[in-house]
Amino acid sequence: MADFGFKLSKSSTLDLDKVDLKVYNLLCKTDPDIKTCMACGSCSATCTAAPFSGMSMRKVILALQRGQDVRPMLGKCMLCGKCTMVCPRAINTRHLILSICKCYD
Amino acid sequence: MIYEGKQKIWSDYQKEIPDDHWYYVRSCIRQNFFPASERMFTEITKNVLKKDIYETPYHTTCGGIAYHCDTIPQETVMTIVARQFALMTEAGYENYVPSCITSFGNYSETLETWREFPELEARIRENLWKSCRREFNKPKYLAHSSDLIYHWRNEIAQKGKFRLVDKETGEPLRIVEHIGCHYAKMFPHKGVGGAEYPYVLAGMVESWGGQVVDYPERRHCCGYGFRQYHVKANRGYSVSNTYKKFESMEPFHPDAIITNCPGCPYFLDRWQYVISEQTGKTYGRNGFGIPVFTYEEIAGLVLGYDPWDLGLQLHQVAVEPFLDKIGIEYDPKAKYLGLNKEDILRPGLPTSMKCF
Repeated sequence: MADFGFKLSKSSTLDLDKVDLKVYNLLCKTDPDIKTCMACGSCSATCTAAPFSGMSMRKVILALQRGQDVRPMLGKCMLCGKCTMVCPRAINTRHLILSICKCYD
Repeated sequence: MIYEGKQKIWSDYQKEIPDDHWYYVRSCIRQNFFPASERMFTEITKNVLKKDIYETPYHTTCGGIAYHCDTIPQETVMTIVARQFALMTEAGYENYVPSCITSFGNYSETLETWREFPELEARIRENLWKSCRREFNKPKYLAHSSDLIYHWRNEIAQKGKFRLVDKETGEPLRIVEHIGCHYAKMFPHKGVGGAEYPYVLAGMVESWGGQVVDYPERRHCCGYGFRQYHVKANRGYSVSNTYKKFESMEPFHPDAIITNCPGCPYFLDRWQYVISEQTGKTYGRNGFGIPVFTYEEIAGLVLGYDPWDLGLQLHQVAVEPFLDKIGIEYDPKAKYLGLNKEDILRPGLPTSMKCF
C-alpha cells in the first residue's frame, strides 16, 4: 500500500439497516422499559461516576440502539442506583445495567 | 427527491444572464489542473458562439484562496476585488464573469457585504484610490462562466457533433453533476436553481442528451475544502470526504462526473487514484475509475473537438472508455504528444486502477 503521509479515516456515519441490534432486541424482551427512554439525560446528570469516568447511561442506551459495544462504559458503573431514582420514565436503569452485562456473558 | 419538487425549486431560483458583452477573469489554479478548460471557454464563446468576451492579462487573483485559508483579512480581499472591478470599468464592461467558483463566491460575498454595509464600500474605494489610483463601478451582472455555458447550452447542443448517449444502446449516459460549494451554498439566489439542487450543470447534461444521476451525497463537498487539503496533516480528512462521496454514488454506476469548480474535478479525479492505491478499490467499470470533466471539456467533446486538444490526457482517470461509449474518435498514439507534436513523456501507471 502506497504511503502518502495521510490516509482514509473511517466514516462515523451509521447505516441503521446494517447495524447489529442483537443486544438491544434481547433487552427489549427482558427489560421492555428501555423502549420508553426519551434520552433526557437525567440519569447521566445525576451519575456519581460520570464526572470521573465518562460513564453515561444515556450514551449507553444510545449506543445499544446503534448496535455499538457498550462494555467498556459499563465497567465504570458503581451500581449506586441514583439514576433509577431520577428517571422520569421510571426505568429501572440499575437493573438494566445488570441485564446488559448478562447479554454479553 | 421528487422530480416535480425539483422543477419548483429550479423555477424559484432563476437569475438574469445577459446574452453578450462579458468581462472574463481566469482562475489562479485551473490552468495548472486542467489547462485547456479556460482556453476552451474562450474558444467556444468567441469563435463558435461569436460572443464578445473580453479579458486582460492585468487582472490578478481574487484573493479567495488566501481568504479561505485565513491568511489575509476580508478588507484586503475586498480591495483586490475592487481593483478587478476597476479593470472591468476601464475596459468599458458591465457584466463580470469569473472562471472560478471560489472567485464567484468571493465576488458575491463582497457585493452583498457592500450592499449591507455601504460605509465599508466607501472605505474600500478609499483603499483602492490610495493604493493604485483607480476607481470602479460595481458590475451590473455577475455570473459564473458555467452560468454562461448553461445560458448557451441549447445553442451548443444545436452546433454539436455528439450527444451524451451510448452509441451502442442509444441510452442517455448517466452523469453525476457536482457543483462547487461556493457557487450557491452561501447565496442560493446567486446560483441557477438554488443551493440544494442547482440546475446549472443538470441543465447542460439534459440539453446535451445525458441523464443526471441523483444519489444521497449529491451536495457533499468534493473534499478540497482549502484547509483540509492545504494543511498536509488534514489531507486524510480531504480524501475521506471524497471517499464518502464515491461510496454513495457507486451503486448508481455513473459514466462520468461533470463539475464547475477548479478544485472539484482535480480532487475527484486524483483522489480516485489515492483511494485505489490505499484500498485497492476502483469505482468505474472493469477496473477503471469514473472520469471527471469540467463543463468546458464536456462542451468541447459535444462540439467535436479533439480530446487531446481538450487536455484530457492530463486526467488521472482514463477517459477513453467514456469516449468509446459516445463514439468519439481519438488517436491513442497522439495522447502524449504536446504542441508541435513533441513527446510530453508518459506518467507512471497506478497499481490498482486501470489507465492507458
